[in-house]
Amino acid sequence: MAQQQDIAVQPSLAARMKVDQLSWSWLGVMPFFIFALLFLIIPTGFLIVGGFQDADGHFTFANIANLFQPTILSAYWISIKVSAASAIGGAIIGFFLAYAGVIGDLPRWIRPTLMTFCGVASNFAGLPLAFAFLATLGRAGLVTAFLIKYFDFNIYSTGFNLLSFWGLALTYLYFQIPLMVLILTPALDGLKREWREASAILGASAWQYWRYIALPALWPAMLGTTLLLFANAFGAVATAYGLAGSSLNIVTILLYAQIRGDVLHDQNLGYALALGMILVTGISNAAYIWLRARGERGMR
Amino acid sequence: MKRAKLGPWLAIVFGMLYFVIPLIGTFEFSLRVRRGEYSFDAYRTVLTDPRFQSSFLYSTVLALATIVVGVLLVVPTAYWIQLRLPKLRPIVEFITLMPLVIPAIVLVFGYLRIYNSSSLLPLTGSEWSTNLLLTCSYVTLALPYMYRAVDTGLRAIDVRSLTEAAESLGAGWPTILFKVIFPNVRVAVLSGAFLTFAIVIGEFTMASLLDRPAFGPYLQLMGANRAYEPSALAIIAFVITWACMGLIQLLGRGPAAAAGKR
Repeated sequence: MAQQQDIAVQPSLAARMKVDQLSWSWLGVMPFFIFALLFLIIPTGFLIVGGFQDADGHFTFANIANLFQPTILSAYWISIKVSAASAIGGAIIGFFLAYAGVIGDLPRWIRPTLMTFCGVASNFAGLPLAFAFLATLGRAGLVTAFLIKYFDFNIYSTGFNLLSFWGLALTYLYFQIPLMVLILTPALDGLKREWREASAILGASAWQYWRYIALPALWPAMLGTTLLLFANAFGAVATAYGLAGSSLNIVTILLYAQIRGDVLHDQNLGYALALGMILVTGISNAAYIWLRARGERGMR
Repeated sequence: MKRAKLGPWLAIVFGMLYFVIPLIGTFEFSLRVRRGEYSFDAYRTVLTDPRFQSSFLYSTVLALATIVVGVLLVVPTAYWIQLRLPKLRPIVEFITLMPLVIPAIVLVFGYLRIYNSSSLLPLTGSEWSTNLLLTCSYVTLALPYMYRAVDTGLRAIDVRSLTEAAESLGAGWPTILFKVIFPNVRVAVLSGAFLTFAIVIGEFTMASLLDRPAFGPYLQLMGANRAYEPSALAIIAFVITWACMGLIQLLGRGPAAAAGKR
């Protein structure tokens, strides 16, 4: 009898203890979730909802429709082009640099030096970076002057302008390339020496090794990092603002001007602008996750 | 063999040139204040500028506050996730990566709308609460890096055994957290802290939109109004970034070398 009772009691007691423990455990992560709600989720959610409301709080698609006016559309387009150019350029150059550092069979000191340098350069963004490029490739910059003096070649006479699409992309590359190197290096470390040796034994050329073994193993990491670089450049404000003030027509500058002085004279259009940015970076990240999942399935 | 090495060398040389030339250009430009000769006048002007001193001090204090708040938020959370709630790990990781997805300018736009002076939580209402809001904004910005650093540090130690050992010796939660866990992830916390410092010290967007007298807005002001001083400031900022990264490297080398000896 007593035994039976024991058995009957035990599970419920255990369950209660488990529930008890679980709720106490939850308490431990509450600060983090409250912080995330206050400073990440609610602010973002507020803007997303605001993008679908008019000034009186009624539901509307008008803000979204208003995004399709020529100035805003072209701002998005330039932002996307600059981000894509700097992301793809950064990914390609970064790949070769990381390759040289990891597999290039160079002296031992190269790799730690490269990594330290990339750590610094990937964090050297914003206004100081803009100043550095103005001092280097601006109209009175060192490289500009050097080319005129010794090669009689004025880059500004070719239509180049630091305050334009290519200038911006070139400047962004300064932090994009190192970021690619930093993220891709562990992936390159993951390429096993045995794979290369096995493919060499089976008579594969270097090209075949890269085409059929190394690149298929690497491409999720490469593509994923490229998308990360894209989002990184897309959200950058300070570098562009430092280069050209508010004269560049890219989304972040437009939004910055809107927040500062309400140039659009429409609060909710500002929300829609922000919503559009979240969509672009969100889609690129979702694509990354999807591609990575696909890539992992392909690896099995 | 020799031919195979040419490509890597070319890549490294190209990369080095791309990274070094702008630095040389900036440094040279910063010395050009006097006509016909090089001088450190721009640095003197900047360093003795009271606005430089006050904004730099402000940003330093803010960076330290960000580090303290960030560490107190991230270490217990990552520890707890590792010990008790491993099921929540994907959710927490996703949240810590959100600041990489949502641009800072979008976040600060949201803060300005939610925490304005007529809202439930009027953080932008007074000076000290705006400072608090800016600190929390920076904690958010640094969250991906801080969490990653601490999580890596925690994975390297046996959290469960340490906790059980401390518990069996009668330690309470504060003791376990501050006297057992913290010292064991000190290196990870410090590297996260230096990275946070490097990110926060020159941050422009959030400080400018929250209208705080930080170093970033000061940089912008100088950039818009002066010719040579911005280059000097860029060099100073570069030295600070370099110092932070160098310290991280130095820290990372310590335990790695120790592990190698074992």
